Amino acid sequence: MSGPSIRDTFFEECEELLEALVEGLSQMEEDGQNMDVINAVFRSVHSIKGGAGAFGLDQLVGFAHTFETVLDKVRDGEIAVSEPLMSLFHRSGDHLSDLVAAARDGTDTQAETEAALTAELEQHLGEDAEEEEFSFDALTLDLDAAPPLAELQFVIAFSPHRALYQNGHEPLLLFDALAELGQIEVTATHDTLPDFDAFDPDDALLSWRITLTTAESETTLHEVFEFVEGLCDLTISTEERPAEIIPFEPMTELGDSDGDASADHPPSPDPGAAANAAPVCKSTTSSAAKDARGPKPTLRVDLDRVDRLINTVGELIINQAMVSQRIEELDIPTVAHLTNELEAYKLLARDIQEGVMAIRAQPVKPLFQRMSRIVREASDATEKKAKLVTVGDATEVDKTVIERLADPLTHMIRNAVDHGLEQPQTRIEAGKDPTGTIRLSAAHRSGSVFIEIADDGAGLDRERVLAKAIEKQLVPADADLSEPEIDNLLFLPGFSTAGQVSNLSGRGVGMDVVKNAVQALGGRVSITSQHGKGTTFTIVLPLTLAVMDGFVISVADQTMVIPIASILETIRPRTADIHPVGTDCEVVSVRGSYVPIIDVAENLNLADRITDKTTGILLLVETELQGLVALRIAAIHDQRQVVIKSLESNYAAIPGVSAATILGDGKIALILDPEELIRLAQSRGPDPVNQLPRMELRHG
Amino acid sequence: MAETAEIQAESQFEFVTFSAGGQNFCLEITQIREIRRWTPVTALPHTPDDVLGVMNLRGAVIPIFDLAARFGLGKTVDDERNVVIVAAVESTTIGLLVESVSEILSVDTSKIQETPDIKSEATRHSILGVIPVEETMVRVVNLDAVLNAMQSVPA
Repeated sequence: MSGPSIRDTFFEECEELLEALVEGLSQMEEDGQNMDVINAVFRSVHSIKGGAGAFGLDQLVGFAHTFETVLDKVRDGEIAVSEPLMSLFHRSGDHLSDLVAAARDGTDTQAETEAALTAELEQHLGEDAEEEEFSFDALTLDLDAAPPLAELQFVIAFSPHRALYQNGHEPLLLFDALAELGQIEVTATHDTLPDFDAFDPDDALLSWRITLTTAESETTLHEVFEFVEGLCDLTISTEERPAEIIPFEPMTELGDSDGDASADHPPSPDPGAAANAAPVCKSTTSSAAKDARGPKPTLRVDLDRVDRLINTVGELIINQAMVSQRIEELDIPTVAHLTNELEAYKLLARDIQEGVMAIRAQPVKPLFQRMSRIVREASDATEKKAKLVTVGDATEVDKTVIERLADPLTHMIRNAVDHGLEQPQTRIEAGKDPTGTIRLSAAHRSGSVFIEIADDGAGLDRERVLAKAIEKQLVPADADLSEPEIDNLLFLPGFSTAGQVSNLSGRGVGMDVVKNAVQALGGRVSITSQHGKGTTFTIVLPLTLAVMDGFVISVADQTMVIPIASILETIRPRTADIHPVGTDCEVVSVRGSYVPIIDVAENLNLADRITDKTTGILLLVETELQGLVALRIAAIHDQRQVVIKSLESNYAAIPGVSAATILGDGKIALILDPEELIRLAQSRGPDPVNQLPRMELRHG
Repeated sequence: MAETAEIQAESQFEFVTFSAGGQNFCLEITQIREIRRWTPVTALPHTPDDVLGVMNLRGAVIPIFDLAARFGLGKTVDDERNVVIVAAVESTTIGLLVESVSEILSVDTSKIQETPDIKSEATRHSILGVIPVEETMVRVVNLDAVLNAMQSVPA
C-alpha cells in the first residue's frame, strides 16, 4: 500500500470515529453516568489522536489530546457531566471534525476558535494540565488522578481470533504492556491445538490466561486491549486481594506471594461465574458487549465497483424483458413450465436488482447527525434555544441522494431555527418550553423516502408571506389565495420572509434552491403549517436514482417514457373541452379551470402538432413555472419500472429529455423531463440549434 | 500536431479503411471497438442532421453520427452495406455510420503524410494525415475533432 492510500483510510476511519463521537455525546446528554458511552466517546477521540500522531498532524493531535484529557477526567468521575460541559464537548467535537477536514484538505482552521476551546477545556483540568505531555501511548494517558486503589488481582482470559493476527497484532506486545502495570503471570492454553495433520498455520489456536496484580483500574487494562477489541474474546475479572495476605507491601515481595495468590484462587473454568460470586467483582466480556451495541461488520468497497455491478444488473433486467418478449413473439403453443421458468427468471432478476440497489443504500444517520451541529450553530447565532430530535435515522437511502440532500437539509434546518422558532421569551409567554424542538425524521412509505423537518415554533405568518409576495410582485395584489397556496409562495424564486436579513439564513439562498435540489433528485417538497404550533416541511424522494416508474407513451412515432411522479392525472379530452386561444395556443377545461396545452411532439421538433383534437391524450402536470399544464401525447401504452441511462456520458444533455432507457425490445426510449419541456415551450422561438454556426467540412 | 507525433512514435500501424460520402477514410484500429450492422436508431430531438440518434450497445446509450454528413458530404444513402463503426475516445463511445468498410491497412509511419495545406481550416482539423494507397488517398479521421464538434451542441 502506498502512503496516500493509508492516509485515505485514516480519514475514512476518522469520519466513522467522528460519527461515533457525535452519537456518543448525544447519548451522554441523556445518560451522563453510562460508562460504556463515556468510554466510547473517549475511544473515538483517542483513536483519532493516535492516527493523527502517525501522520504527524500535530495540530489535530494537540487538540485531541486536550479534549481527551478532559474526557478522561469525566470517565474517572472527577468532573461531573453538566449542561455547559456537554455544550463544550459538542463544540470541541465540531472543532475536531473541522481539524480533521482541514488536515485532509490541507486547509486552515480558525485559530481563535481553537485557542478559546483549548482554554475552556483546560479550565476543567486544573493545575496538572501543565504537567501533561503529549503522548500517543494509551498506557501513559491515565492521569494519576484515580485514588490509589488497593492492589487488585485481575484474571484475564484472552483468546485471539484469527483476524487479530491478520491485522498484524502481536499478543506478546500486549503482555509486555500488561507487565508494565504490575506483576503478571501468563499461562498458554494449548488444549485446542489439533493434530499436526489438521494444523492450519493461519488459524488462532492458542489462548492465554493472565493473572495480573496491579494497582491500576480495570479501565486501564481495557485500554491495553483497546486496539484488538472485536478481534478476540476477552474477559477481565477483578478480585480485590485479601488485605490480610497482602497489605501494602513493596513489589518485590509481591513476587513471592504471587504463587500463593494463584494457589488461593485456582484458575476458575469460567472467570465470569467466579466474578459473579463475589460482590466486589466486576466482569466485562468485551466481545459480547461489542456484539450487542457495536456496529455490524462491514466491508469497504470501491464505489465504482458497486456502480458497475448496478449497471450490469440493469442489463440483466433489460435482457430478461427482451427474452420474455421474444418468447412471446414466437407464439409457441402454451407451454406451462416455460412460462413458469420465465416468471421465476423475472423474479430472480428483480431480487438481484433489489439486492444490488441495497448496497448503495445507506442510513441517513450520519447526515442527521451533522444536522445537530447546524442546530447548535444556528441557535447560538440567533440566541435561541433549540434541540434536535431525530427519528428513523436507520432509514436507508441511496448514497447519492444522501450526499445531495446535505445542502438543502442544512438550509432548511437553519431556516427552521432562524425563522421557525421564536425567541425563548416569546415561547415562555406562549406557554411553551423555552427550548424549541426541531424534529427531523425519515421513513420509508410506499416506495418512497419521506423526510420531515418539523419545528414547534409559531407557524407561518401567512399575512406577512402574502404581503411580501405582493410587494415582490410575485403574485398580483388582488390575488385570492388559499392557505396552502400562500404556504407554497415560500418556494418561489426571490422570496425571503425574514424582515431583517440575519447573518444566518437569508443569504440570498431561498427555499426555491431547496426545491430545485430536491426536484433534481426526482423528489418533491411540501409544506404544512399550523398557527402557533409550528411548520413542517416534507421531502419525498425516490428510493433509488437508478430506476424509475414511468408511463411508456408515444410521441409522434417515437416511444418515450415520462416519469409517473410528475403526472397528476391523464385526460382523454372531448373536442368540446378544448378551446383555441389566439393563433397557436390551446387550453383544455378541467373541472371549470382552463389549463394550457403543450404539444410534446411539436416542442421536440419531432412532428407537427396533433391537429385532430380528439386523438391524443393529455397528461396533467404541475409545474413550478406555470402551475398546471397539459402535455399532449399520442398514446399511453404501459406503466413500468425503467432503468435510467445517462445520455450525457456519451453525448450531451438534450433539452426536454432527462435521460434514456432501454425497453424490452432493446430499443432506446427517451425519458422526458416535463419541467424542461414546459420551459422550452415558453421560451420557444426560432430553434436555437439551427441557428448555431455549423462546422462546414468539404473535401475536394 | 500532437496526434501525428504520437503516431510517428512507433513504426507500424494498422488502420481500418472505409468509405463515407464517396471518399476513403480510415481510423487507427485501436480506436475501434467493433463494427456493427446498421439498425434503426432512436432519434434525438433538437440535434443537428448528422446526429442520427442513439443506439443500445449492450446497455450503453451511444450516439450515432452520419460521418459523411458530419464532414459536409451529404447524408449517407440507405444501403445494405452500411455499417456502424463503434469507436472510443477516452471514456466516450460513439458510433459512426459509414457506407462500407473495406480492409485493414498495415502502414509504416513514414508513409503517413501531413494533411496537404488546403484552405479549409475545419477540414485540416478533422484529418490527421493522409496515406497514399495505390492510386487512391486515404484520410486518417481525427476522432477528437468529430467529438468536439459534437460537444458544441447546446446543452
